[in-house]
Amino acid sequence: MKICVLIKQVPDTDSVIKISNDQKSIEMEGITLATNESDSYALEEALLLKEDQGGEVTVLSLGGESCQQVLKDALAKGADKAIHLDDDDYKDLDILSAAKVMVNVLKDKEFDIIFSGLQSDDIGNAQLGLIMAELLDTSHASLVMGTEILDEKTIKVKQELEGGWFQWSELDLPASITIQSGLNKPRYASLRGIMMMKRKPLESIKVSELNLENTSSKSFVHKLYIPQKTKETVFIQGSADQVVDGLIEKLTNEIKVL
Amino acid sequence: MKLKGLDYLNISEHFSDEEILVQHSVRDYVDSELQPIIEEHFKNGTFPAEKIKEMANLGLLGINLPNKYGCAGLSHTAYGLACQELERCDSGIRSFVSVQGSLVMYPIFAFGSDEQKENWLPRLASGDTIGCFGLTEPDYGSNPGGMITRAVKTKNGYTLNGSKMWITNGSVADVAIVWAKTEDEVIHGFIVETDRDGFDAPEMKNKWSLRASVTAELILENVEIPEENMLPGVSGLKGPLSCLTQARYGIGWGTIGAAMAMYETALKYANERIQFGKSISSFQMTQEKLVWILSEITKGQLLAMQAGRNKDRNVLRHQQISMLKRNNTWVARETARLAREILGANGISGEYPIMRHMMNIESVYTYEGTHDMHTLVLGDDITGIPAYR
Repeated sequence: MKICVLIKQVPDTDSVIKISNDQKSIEMEGITLATNESDSYALEEALLLKEDQGGEVTVLSLGGESCQQVLKDALAKGADKAIHLDDDDYKDLDILSAAKVMVNVLKDKEFDIIFSGLQSDDIGNAQLGLIMAELLDTSHASLVMGTEILDEKTIKVKQELEGGWFQWSELDLPASITIQSGLNKPRYASLRGIMMMKRKPLESIKVSELNLENTSSKSFVHKLYIPQKTKETVFIQGSADQVVDGLIEKLTNEIKVL
Repeated sequence: MKLKGLDYLNISEHFSDEEILVQHSVRDYVDSELQPIIEEHFKNGTFPAEKIKEMANLGLLGINLPNKYGCAGLSHTAYGLACQELERCDSGIRSFVSVQGSLVMYPIFAFGSDEQKENWLPRLASGDTIGCFGLTEPDYGSNPGGMITRAVKTKNGYTLNGSKMWITNGSVADVAIVWAKTEDEVIHGFIVETDRDGFDAPEMKNKWSLRASVTAELILENVEIPEENMLPGVSGLKGPLSCLTQARYGIGWGTIGAAMAMYETALKYANERIQFGKSISSFQMTQEKLVWILSEITKGQLLAMQAGRNKDRNVLRHQQISMLKRNNTWVARETARLAREILGANGISGEYPIMRHMMNIESVYTYEGTHDMHTLVLGDDITGIPAYR
């Protein structure tokens, strides 16, 4: 079983986000970078499948030099190989262009499964796995909460639907599958794994040297801003019964916690 | 790659990728698995034994010992960073790892026979066997050379008699490294299985420090051990002292972790606590406290990092480790008081980790060579006059 996991480096969720003066990017000074949360679950699912089925896990990341950190972390956790698509300008690529860059490198590698996280914690496109499936002409499932290999040509996946429902589907391999956070417990890199990491291959490919066409971005960031917090106090008037009915109505339909 | 957490001087660039990944991995593990349970264990006076296997699987036991014994084989600097992250949670957790790695596995590795290494090190690395280190006695703390525990030669081995005090892991240990004098008044190390007849390890209760760590007394009453249980590679006080040097090195890193935890708590609190219509972090006296802590932690990080580099090149002198342990433990102790002041009344609450660290550091200030003894070691080094004799 040959599995590829697409991993993105994003600002750690504890980071304090400050917007740059040009209002088109965030200040990176003081930001701790980490593996995108759902990508960690995707990696764990890949490692579990490898341990169960045999095979190898390759991790791939597109970004500047710093994103080798998330690749090395994945190698330390048990991935076998890493590919770094080195491009400092990747943040300016739209998701379709980013997918085309990745496909150019992955198309001849004959992966059985390409895992990716459901969406990135920074931009949040939630489209990469779907586009990869289209460009590589593979099966696809999103919001996956469980996997099971049925045979060498078929994978069964559990998908999360609306309203707490789940659906099991069988997909032909190869497949591009996006993973929802929470389906497993991502492992910590063991200290022995960290020592073994430096003996594993990490291939770095300059995107500019791939001579790709039609990968210039078709979308641009116009403006970033921090949403304004607002407070509104509503007094529900009337008898006790009317107040209770009014409160339930708001909790059910407006705040949607009931 | 960058270290997680406090790195005011950007010292990350001086660490290798492996070392930084160790810090990340241990921090992630500690934050997710140990921080949520540590307060409860401290309150109840219990060690989180349920986490031993996880810590072993992560590779925390014998971090800097070779792969062939089931250890991670990492640099001493990486070991230091791991100690920092463990003590950022609690000194008791770091003490457990220090004792197992530096005081039990290290002497077997450094002074043991090949059979002893092959027999004990993999079991200790996997956490299947827990060890403790018996040196301090009721009447011999800073002066361990005066110990009265005796090992008398018998036909097939030795008979041990004596008692040891303040032994971390003592009552949960499967094996003890016991230091005792033979009839020629020379100190030797002995591997003593704790299920041998005559061996007892009553837990020492009523501690108000290191409450999430087990402390016991070791009582040896005619304990018979075979000849092959003696550590053959060392004799004299340098045996146990070289082990303590390893452990003190880890403490020098660890206490900076405790100080980091208190600094981060105090800074967050100061930013959020509103008095007189503004955050207390806007007051000059609060800022002065925070800046003092930040500066001392940063200096402590530099001290630890250079000690680590010296140790990795095998040129670290024990007097330099005295400076590391003495300074950084003092920084943590002073930080505890300042952080408590910044949190005001809330500083004494179990809702925050300040008092727990403050209570822990009182032990760390004294164990593995008191602050004053390390002062005298350094005084001896620069003047040539050993004031403690």
